[in-house]
Amino acid sequence: MSFRVFVPQDSSAISVGANAVAAKLQELHPELDIVRNGSRGLFWLEPMIEVKTDAGRVAYGPVSAADVEQLIEQGMLEGAQNHPLSLGLTQEIPFLKKQQRLTFKRLGLADPLSLDDYIALDGFKGLERSLSMSRQECVDEVKQSGLRGRGGAAFPTGIKWQTVLDAESKGADEQKYIVCNADEGDSGTFADRLQMEGDPYALIEGMTIAGIAVGANKGFIYLREEYPHAHAMLNRALSLAEQANYLGDNILGSAHSFDLEVRLGAKSYICGEETALLDSLEGKRGIVRAKPPLPALEGLFGKPTVVNNVLSLSTIPIIFSEGAEYYASFGMGRSLGTMPFQLAGNLKHTGLVELAFGVTLDTLVNEFGGGSASDRPLRAVQVGGPLGTYLPASQWQSLMDYEELASFGAVLGHGGIVAFDDTVDMAEQARFSMEFCAEESCGKCTPCRIGAVRGVEVIDKIRTNNDHAANIKLLGSLCNTMESGSLCAMGGMTPFPVRSAMQHFGEDFGINPSDSNSSNEQAS
Amino acid sequence: MSKDSSQQAVLERASLRAIVLDAIAANSHLKGSLLPILHQIQNQLGHVPSEYVVDIADALSLSRAEVHGVISFYHGFTTSPQGKTVIEVCRAESCQAKGGRLIEAAVKQKLGVDYKQTTKDGEFTLEDVYCLGNCACSPSIRVGSEIYGRVTAESVNSLIDDLKTGDSQ
Repeated sequence: MSFRVFVPQDSSAISVGANAVAAKLQELHPELDIVRNGSRGLFWLEPMIEVKTDAGRVAYGPVSAADVEQLIEQGMLEGAQNHPLSLGLTQEIPFLKKQQRLTFKRLGLADPLSLDDYIALDGFKGLERSLSMSRQECVDEVKQSGLRGRGGAAFPTGIKWQTVLDAESKGADEQKYIVCNADEGDSGTFADRLQMEGDPYALIEGMTIAGIAVGANKGFIYLREEYPHAHAMLNRALSLAEQANYLGDNILGSAHSFDLEVRLGAKSYICGEETALLDSLEGKRGIVRAKPPLPALEGLFGKPTVVNNVLSLSTIPIIFSEGAEYYASFGMGRSLGTMPFQLAGNLKHTGLVELAFGVTLDTLVNEFGGGSASDRPLRAVQVGGPLGTYLPASQWQSLMDYEELASFGAVLGHGGIVAFDDTVDMAEQARFSMEFCAEESCGKCTPCRIGAVRGVEVIDKIRTNNDHAANIKLLGSLCNTMESGSLCAMGGMTPFPVRSAMQHFGEDFGINPSDSNSSNEQAS
Repeated sequence: MSKDSSQQAVLERASLRAIVLDAIAANSHLKGSLLPILHQIQNQLGHVPSEYVVDIADALSLSRAEVHGVISFYHGFTTSPQGKTVIEVCRAESCQAKGGRLIEAAVKQKLGVDYKQTTKDGEFTLEDVYCLGNCACSPSIRVGSEIYGRVTAESVNSLIDDLKTGDSQ
């Protein structure tokens, strides 16, 4: 009998040796049916290989090429579970079992490029349904789902689509565009990459539905250059989808046509900001535009444009296949549906955790994440990327929900969660936030362009105890100026990590805890 | 310079320009074609030679300043020749939380250069990068289009040794 073994082709799995594992398996057993699936998102176990058995798929990990021979000797191909790397049934691994995967329902189950597998796993059901609906009905479906932009700004996706649907395109050609923001630059985030590498047709399907809904026949995926594997995967998926008429002219025999193209960024963090992204797509420097006009009205090449994140667009298929009500039955308050949280940094169990909104940070970090990888106490958790706040342990009971986090000045952003143990120097982290802003500022706003450079200098003075009290005060004031005087989140939110580091970890800045009240005042 | 080597230089310049003109021809039908053109040149030559900025500008009806402005804005484009191998070290938070600063120091020491510099033998250019999306396997580096996760100072050192002797990949 032929054994079926799954070895992920996800770039993170490859980065820790998955290709070598696949090659070793092939070398020892040329007859093996090796499926290069997407990762399941349990990255601390990568390379995690799975074997199909009558009871379901069983997993082993983290497997190195050197382990393969012994695993096979001990009966891995028959699903034996006596090896130290045995993980049992994949579905029963608690990290996975406790999740609510909607956007990522297909993750890791199959070869990401197999159209047959995609269809067998409910793929294109949403697209087929959307083809039977009017444009307004499509937009209403998204509104009713409660979906909000997963890129970080959390703007209601349906309202954005409505604006583009209602917009009259200037000029005779009636052109509108769908742009996917795949410039996932936030440290600690990798869900977009995982989606594009692990389930690329979901993104293609979501963008096509968006095109049908607002009357756009052309889409662009603006992908960061740092994702070479995702680039290759998307291009292959686009070509296969087009051959099967899921893209191109008269999709599935309908009156709708939709073309899709991948464009690469060039290592500029600011191009993740939607208006800078549009300028970059137009072939210019990625400079942030003033709003209005909204991109929904005057976006790419001046035409009405939907700009949505990879995760927002990849969630569209399940909203259409299962219905808006189903999606909206997850979550809490105004944060409906699920959020793909990404556990990174110094945690034992790193990876993707998709759950309904409303879970606590403590559950994510300690229960799913298993505490620190270094076995030292965790000290700070940065939520929401490099512009997100650092949360001390006293705030880890907060519910992960857009409004709850905003109530104390934190942000969920794109769902990145980076944990640090007690060896972290928070003043050094604050300095890095300023340094990063100085490096990546587009240069349009003075508080961001110059403030960030001054921020590094001021923090250096604080760290070397040079005119300490005055510089602490100056840093607080500089943060205020950047926050209120910058056009976009780059300058406007760089103060978030800086200020939270100062407020909650003042001892690292040489702030005496007994005058913490005064330092809080200065910092806020 | 001998006659042979100056002829060689003329030939090299001609072929460089051919690559630039090819990149323009292959992409100029696209809307917003400047980045795709620059990517193709950067990929093939490792940099965008300044002397051909004028060709790109002419083809797209832009000023040289506009094209240069775009090249200099993006970290992904450069007008300086790169080493044979570009090594990018992630400096972002998730890698920091897993000892990334030690990796940075180890690579700098091993290569004897700082970020945005090329080793004297022209083998390696060292670049910093802010996140490779490999945060669940931090710390990470990138060599060409390959990403390496869970690296240590030792593994990075031996990877560089392998690259020097041509063993790797």
